[in-house]
Amino acid sequence: MEPLLSIHDLTVQFPSTHGLLTVVDKVSFSVGRNEVVCVVGESGSGKSVTVQAAVGLVQTKGGRVAGGSVRFDGQELVGMKNRQLNSIRGNDIGFIFQEPMSSLNPAYTVGEQIAEVVRRHRGVSRADAWKRAVEMLERVHIATAAARANDYPHQFSGGMRQRVMIAMAIACDPKLLIADEPSTALDVTIQARILQLLKELQSASGMSVLFITHDLGVVAEIADRVVVMYGAQVVEEAGVDALFATPRHPYTTGLLRAMPQVALERGEDPVAIPGTVAQAHAWPAGCRFNPRCEYREEGPCTTAQVPLVRDDHGLVRCARAEILRTRLTQAVAA
Amino acid sequence: MSATTIEQAPAVALPPVSTFLQRFCRNRTAMVSAIILTAIVLAAIFAPYLAPHDPAKSSLRAILRPPGAMYWLGSDDLGRDVASRLIFASRLSLVASVQAVAIALAIGLPLGLIAGYLGGWIDTIVSRFNDALMSFPALILAVVIVGLLGPSLSNAMTAIGLVYAPRIMRVVRGSTLSVREEVYIRAARATGCGDARIIVRHVLPNVMGPLVVQVTVLMGQALLAEAGLSFLGLGAQPPLASWGAMLGTAFPYMQQSPVPTIASGVVISVTVLCFNLIGDGIRDSVGRMRRAGD
Repeated sequence: MEPLLSIHDLTVQFPSTHGLLTVVDKVSFSVGRNEVVCVVGESGSGKSVTVQAAVGLVQTKGGRVAGGSVRFDGQELVGMKNRQLNSIRGNDIGFIFQEPMSSLNPAYTVGEQIAEVVRRHRGVSRADAWKRAVEMLERVHIATAAARANDYPHQFSGGMRQRVMIAMAIACDPKLLIADEPSTALDVTIQARILQLLKELQSASGMSVLFITHDLGVVAEIADRVVVMYGAQVVEEAGVDALFATPRHPYTTGLLRAMPQVALERGEDPVAIPGTVAQAHAWPAGCRFNPRCEYREEGPCTTAQVPLVRDDHGLVRCARAEILRTRLTQAVAA
Repeated sequence: MSATTIEQAPAVALPPVSTFLQRFCRNRTAMVSAIILTAIVLAAIFAPYLAPHDPAKSSLRAILRPPGAMYWLGSDDLGRDVASRLIFASRLSLVASVQAVAIALAIGLPLGLIAGYLGGWIDTIVSRFNDALMSFPALILAVVIVGLLGPSLSNAMTAIGLVYAPRIMRVVRGSTLSVREEVYIRAARATGCGDARIIVRHVLPNVMGPLVVQVTVLMGQALLAEAGLSFLGLGAQPPLASWGAMLGTAFPYMQQSPVPTIASGVVISVTVLCFNLIGDGIRDSVGRMRRAGD
């Protein structure tokens, strides 16, 4: 069966003072039905732009899809007319943003905002839309939902606002929910509850979830499959258990060793990956991760672009993947 | 810390009406202005019942009378009661201001929203045209337009409306520029809103704060401009009178009978002041929300 969402060779460019920057470079991955896929990577790795481009949200920010295809539920989204995209966004694809404090319109009550989405996509009456809005607020566990629907966003706390955003995103029973770091701006206890809520909603409805995060703790919690991005490219893809047990890319290993949970099990301090992500106008030659990689070898890592290669667990983009395999596994083993 | 920063982002929506009223009522200056203005508006509406005399009826035996029991504010050069004429003139003056501001809104609001939201070359064209229009002195431009269209109050106010449109446009465009970058606009797009819907449903309510303030201030300015044009004989035409026209006709006889001139001047000044102070009051009542966070 065709996956619900399949992104193939998606390339996104932004104009800048350095010329056209390729911030998403031939990224491919797919999300199956009833599957939770996490896209992981540091800030600047292109994960957020990838999913926003997939649903046509980067154009207004000056971005341009320079190539590739995005198939969703049998339809091609790249090059689709905005009118058509608008009937898919919010209806078949729900979207949650990172900033719960500012992603609700301060001019309307939360009930009105949820009801508006329902009314537009479902064409139901005002009263029915309102009923649905209250029902959605109940579903995301907002106490006394019927009363709170009449409140304005500023009367809600950050965690509650994110619940409202989730209610809005799933109000039309989307087939796919895209969550762009939905818990990043919240404090840890609230984060855990929001994740719990998303898991609960996912298993109840069977919708697919595309989850973007830089927190591997969140990944372990929620993902079926993981896509690791670095420097605008996919560097590794694997099932969640395989990724945590046998990482095949040094970057993934680095991310894992920076996790307090992993470090704790190994009885050592978390190790940070040295350096920062290179800027999109100054990718290093060869493997984009090579200046920060402790397993770097002059030659294979520093000259030619490294291809994404399929192996027994998924995909990996490392010139020395075969050689490093056991060492990388040991580096994160308890 | 980051939460605070987000709270202080230019959320310029009007607060809920009740909160707004509470704040506004606490502002004494604005409240007094609002009461005076309400009285003036009521006087305009109930003019036939309030005016002691027929405002157009002249009496040759009562020319330039000083104020007294018969003529509260004296009579003018044609023997008409100044008090009655002022009361009836308030209709003309207020309607004229509303007309001018309505025209300015009808042109400036959509242009400002579109230029601010779409940006790019549309914004460049609209804004440059706007700058050019704003570099003309308003009254001179209005005189030219009235010269072309012919003197009448309606033409004069159309002219004022055209001249003030850029001021509305500039305020709306500025607010739209900042609202456009808000996450909730992106979120609206992610729920499938088209551009037109985003502008009307999501941008417009959030630029209302500064817009309302600008409209109140412009009401005062339009009133003043109307007075100026009518004073010059380019606005209200006899036998109708607006406050400016009355000032114009009373002015030559100021030596013999100063009260009509002063009375017209005071009414104009007080009304303009009221509009400005109410504008300030609204600005503070809307703006405080931002400073107070939640």
